[in-house]
Amino acid sequence: MTVRFKQFPGVSLSEEDFRQGKVLYQMDELKAEYAWDSGIAIGAYLAGLKRGVILGVRCSHCRKVVVPPRTVCEWCFRPMEEYVELPDTGTVNTFSLCYITWDMRRISEPEIPAVIHLDGTSELGPSSVIMGGILHKLGEVDPKEVHIGMRVQAVWKPAAERTGAITDILYFKPIR
Amino acid sequence: MSDRVAIVGVGWSGFRPKTPDLSYKELMYEAAVRAYADAGVDPRRDVDSFVTVAEDFIEGTSIFDEYVPDQLGAALKPVHTITGDGLHGLATGVMLIRSGIARVVVVEGHSKASNLLTPDTILAYAQDPVLNRPLRLNTHFVAGMEMHRYLYESGTTREQCAAVVVKNRRNALRNPLAAYGADLSLEEVLFGPPLAWPLGKRETAATTDGAIVMVLAAEEVARALRQDPIWIRGIGWCNDSPSLESREWGNLPYIQEAAQMAYQQAGLRDPWNEVDVAEIDDTYAYKELQTLEALGFCGYGEAGSLLESGAFDLDGELPVNPSGGSLGVGHMLDATGLMRTLEAVFQLRGEAGAHQVEGAEVALVQSWRGVPTTSGAVAILSN
Repeated sequence: MTVRFKQFPGVSLSEEDFRQGKVLYQMDELKAEYAWDSGIAIGAYLAGLKRGVILGVRCSHCRKVVVPPRTVCEWCFRPMEEYVELPDTGTVNTFSLCYITWDMRRISEPEIPAVIHLDGTSELGPSSVIMGGILHKLGEVDPKEVHIGMRVQAVWKPAAERTGAITDILYFKPIR
Repeated sequence: MSDRVAIVGVGWSGFRPKTPDLSYKELMYEAAVRAYADAGVDPRRDVDSFVTVAEDFIEGTSIFDEYVPDQLGAALKPVHTITGDGLHGLATGVMLIRSGIARVVVVEGHSKASNLLTPDTILAYAQDPVLNRPLRLNTHFVAGMEMHRYLYESGTTREQCAAVVVKNRRNALRNPLAAYGADLSLEEVLFGPPLAWPLGKRETAATTDGAIVMVLAAEEVARALRQDPIWIRGIGWCNDSPSLESREWGNLPYIQEAAQMAYQQAGLRDPWNEVDVAEIDDTYAYKELQTLEALGFCGYGEAGSLLESGAFDLDGELPVNPSGGSLGVGHMLDATGLMRTLEAVFQLRGEAGAHQVEGAEVALVQSWRGVPTTSGAVAILSN
């Protein structure tokens, strides 16, 4: 994993250990369900993903192009209505090698979350404080090979399996 | 530093039981655009600090402050979220201005109640996890017990409580923003489905979606921005002992204390004669009567018969909840205090239309965070 950590010491506690009463606690399970109305901008974005397109939006005032779309430019507070179809390629802006899963299991083959600066969107710089980035995972790549500035492309779910969700893109892989 | 703080702009959006067409961010943005246009301010240039009220359990998102700035024009500006009612947010705005930290403050509250698919579970999570929650009682039982003890001690009747529903939902018919206007008979309320006896389901406010944004300003800024700022003359808040086992069920001492705090700031001595219109808690019908008494508008146990005499009607001596209140407009979760403040601003500006109280100059706004809390706030506004 790293130079000093070749493996984790000890045994991690599992959900089962708690369930079997090996650890003392007061138990209450929160069964909360929420929906999130996706609305105009994110609704359009998700519909775009379903048909295999990444939609961004352009601010007619400051000319920024950002992804995902939103109805207001957070920088100049003008409405954003000019939707643009973006290529599904971009450049890794930052990434991490993540040795713990969503549900707190340690893993020795890391997951690779990354911010991908999509082609055709605004860059951070003197003219913009907002980048057109998409947060996703990288796949089909050796963790040791990943680097900032790496060129990547989206790998999509088959069209029939897409549901209009961020997971319609499986991951981004290096462009070779 | 400024001693006087005014509301110089208000905006709203939604006010419908469901808003599937807009995300919560878009709901907030619509309200914000209206408020900034109303105040004549540019949030990027003119606003110094932003406050939102939100409860993470209700949002379904931890650390909700993070999801606020963009749609309010607050990116890279001072922003924080308060887990409280809209009036707590308003109080924070007043403090920011009176302390000299900010001259223009935006306060926001919203409800996406329709997206909350298990509201009773979330409500249950306000109960003590060790002592009360394991009993697995629907949290509305707290209102049933409070109503029962209040009726027992004060001599108020179930009919008088039901009459609050009739009044407020009729008022709502005159308010285009109100979702639950209805012309109900006393019997229809009284013999409706039960909820937590003696409390009936029709005496309990249904939820609605919406967002409210208000722009507050220090006196010199307020006078420069508009001819008719609405002054926040006093604002108080208070919490009682939260314990269900030991609280005073028949009375609302925390509302009495919050009111005294607000009255003292406003120099208000005789609420009955000095207040022209009141927007107060009616999450459950009995609360309106119990709260009127705690606010000192009348003696304990007197609000019911005053209501029956028509004193709290739209054309009565003290119109109470001319908007329709939570029963008529719909309950907007923690945005409720701002919903009531919005109505007070309309009334004091003379912009309330068909439910305008003639010549309203001083308004009282009060809010409660709902069962099982003893958390309330009171504000006095004037034109």
